[in-house]
Amino acid sequence: MSIAAAPVPERDPAVAERLTSLWETPKNIVAWLATVDHKKLGKRYIVTGFVFLFLGGVEALLLRVQLSRPENQFLPPEAFNQLFTMHGTTMMFLFLQPVLSGFSFFCTPLLIGSRELAFPRLNAFSYYVFLLAGIFMYLSFFWAAAPDAGWFAYTPLSGPRFDAGVNIDFYALGLLFLGIATTAGAINVIVTVLKMRAPGMSISRMPLFLWSSMTMSFAVVFSMPALNAALVLLELERRWHFPFYDPRLGGSPLLWQHLFWVFGHPWVYILFLPATGMLSMIFPVFSRRPIVGHTWVALATVATGFVGFGVWVHHMFATGLPQLSMSFFSAASMIVSIPSAIQIFAWIATMWYGRVWFTTSMLFAIGFIVQFVIGGMSGVFSAAVPADWQVTDTYFVVAHIHYVFAGSSLFAVMAAIYYWFPKMYGRMLDERIGKLSFWTMFVGFNAAFFPMHILGFMGMPRRIYTFQPGLGFDTLNLIESVGAFVFTLGLVISLWNVIQSRAVGEAAPPNPWGASTLEWLAASPPEHYNFERLPIVASRDPLWDGQYTFGPAYDEGRLTVRTSVLDANLEKVIEMPEDDVWAVLLALALLAIPIGILWRWYGVAIAGVIVSLAMLARWLWPSHRRVLETEI
Amino acid sequence: MTATAMPDDRTLPPPPSSTADVGYWGMALFVATEATMFAMLVGSYLFLGTANPGWPPPGIERPKLILPPIMTAVLLLSSATMFWAEKGIKRGDRTQLRIGLSVTIVLGLGFLTIQGFEYADKLRKMKPWDHAYAASFYTITSFHALHVISGLLLLGYALLRALLGHFDGEQHLAVKNVGLYWHFVDAVWLVIFTTLYLSPRFY
Repeated sequence: MSIAAAPVPERDPAVAERLTSLWETPKNIVAWLATVDHKKLGKRYIVTGFVFLFLGGVEALLLRVQLSRPENQFLPPEAFNQLFTMHGTTMMFLFLQPVLSGFSFFCTPLLIGSRELAFPRLNAFSYYVFLLAGIFMYLSFFWAAAPDAGWFAYTPLSGPRFDAGVNIDFYALGLLFLGIATTAGAINVIVTVLKMRAPGMSISRMPLFLWSSMTMSFAVVFSMPALNAALVLLELERRWHFPFYDPRLGGSPLLWQHLFWVFGHPWVYILFLPATGMLSMIFPVFSRRPIVGHTWVALATVATGFVGFGVWVHHMFATGLPQLSMSFFSAASMIVSIPSAIQIFAWIATMWYGRVWFTTSMLFAIGFIVQFVIGGMSGVFSAAVPADWQVTDTYFVVAHIHYVFAGSSLFAVMAAIYYWFPKMYGRMLDERIGKLSFWTMFVGFNAAFFPMHILGFMGMPRRIYTFQPGLGFDTLNLIESVGAFVFTLGLVISLWNVIQSRAVGEAAPPNPWGASTLEWLAASPPEHYNFERLPIVASRDPLWDGQYTFGPAYDEGRLTVRTSVLDANLEKVIEMPEDDVWAVLLALALLAIPIGILWRWYGVAIAGVIVSLAMLARWLWPSHRRVLETEI
Repeated sequence: MTATAMPDDRTLPPPPSSTADVGYWGMALFVATEATMFAMLVGSYLFLGTANPGWPPPGIERPKLILPPIMTAVLLLSSATMFWAEKGIKRGDRTQLRIGLSVTIVLGLGFLTIQGFEYADKLRKMKPWDHAYAASFYTITSFHALHVISGLLLLGYALLRALLGHFDGEQHLAVKNVGLYWHFVDAVWLVIFTTLYLSPRFY
């Protein structure tokens, strides 16, 4: 490792000033709304996601209070249903995915040595759609009509016969609206990763986080439509009595389950793969060596994305499907464990051959391995049809899902926060508080969720609002409830760490961890234009072996480079759009559509369509401020 | 590798818009996700077919093949005229682009008009809330019609710009994107036509 020998960027104050005036977002409220800066928007995604984590966490704590002792009267059953549904929906759709995407949006241009995402205005648009969709779904609480049929909203329970209020309409319309943001963000990441990498960053030199966020984005592009189809059909049935899910008129409730899980299982990997990608960045840095099996990890990531589309029926083993189909999906579900194991062993081998530096980030990463192995084992267990029949719809499944999402993806997010916070805010997080937070979360998490495995075997069904005494459920449920509060305390400690360090933390140097990838070449926090001169790379770990140099500054306009997909040969200098308020306005206009349909104000919905179309036309109209006559 | 290896192409004339433009990639991925949505809807139609004794179910007659083949022909022809318009602007011929786009729009409107007659006939026989078959039939075809309308709006946008003197032989990414979308809308119709109208003849 020879960081000192590596080329350092030449500073030219005149160039820096020109670039700042081109890329800077002025400090006023309109500019704040209009900004397309991927760094600002990425951080906004993460902060907003954590606000939703707080809401989903409060819901979880209320549930745990209710379940802390038998025949508790703390929550009525209707409230319990709404809370567990919104807890799941929030964590799946409004916390994990947006936060993981937020890291993609913040890091991707920096990791590939670019100045922006491929579609900066689209990025701003997807942020505001995500924000408004989340607010839209949470407004349901003000009518005491939050979604109440579980986060996967099985029909006929979610159909018009058994759920006549607007609860499920909030769910269906909110998720359809959110889907716009998710799909737009995914397309943005794919095109950025494939077309905007620094010259010389061929696909084989691409950092592993980009492999995972690209695979995740492809999974979004091809799985989101299944959810959209399921929700459109559900809303047509609820509103206009199209009997898609009604067996009396030729429909089938199983159609919902198929469509939902054709989406839902890839979605599991959408929430999991970016987490592994972040860890593949963190393990080598804190093991002080390149990752073992880089190519294998990249291939395993892509393989997981593919196989993830062929396992959805394992959520439906108890629905009476043909034996052959169950065998096939059981086998496919077990095969998925192979690429996951490849990644785990690559990380273990990296630590084994390296010199491990136990930072807070690394502790969370190791915590991930422990908890993901447990969650993976219970996953393989549930992939076996007879075992699944035994534990389906019990707390065993709840334990599994939480080990995979809270114990794994959330721990990876924590590792990523401790790793990238210095880059985001230019301050170091406090390591002592961080370690305290880690151990509190680790102990709290396992106390809250491990007993659920046992309760599941004992036959405690999920989603019951209370239970009788004397069934042997009492003690374990109390331990879980206490654990949930300890887990929350650990998160609060980290929140305090973030707030405190952001204000008075130690100033961060550009590369505090001695990492090897390009984002650590930029200042901490990065300048508005990311890099004064755009980097050119010739290896996987350019900052470790010094295999990089700098190209021109491109300071005549908002310029960055476009390169070829595989070899990253320079194709063209392209101009990026200016800040633009149309993104937020378009998102607001589109919000009129779900609101109009929800309250049957169809005039409002139609007006929303017309105004959105007019704004879209304005958005697509070429701007006249360009310095290059290209890209029209 | 050194910094001098990077050509300073700001001094060169702008390169022609190629299929590698990021905007084209974005449109291609958008079309991919839209195509998946149609696949899900058509898949739902077929899945519901397996859950019923017949498909169309007993009591509902197979769709007649009078207007739909004409609709198919009109839409395929509109794809051809779109190709012709794109070919024109590739040579820098803005007049050919304008004529091609106008004819494509007329054909698209023609498709929607014939579909209106087709719907009027269908709605006399079955309502979407009568049966899951009818519900899927109307959902898939009207979802496609919505895409035809979107495509027409995009074509109108491209035509307006062409009339204002935008686009030349080098710079016409918007035309290519609109073309890609329009060909997609036409290709999806072939799948819908085959599944909803032709396939019931063979079982």
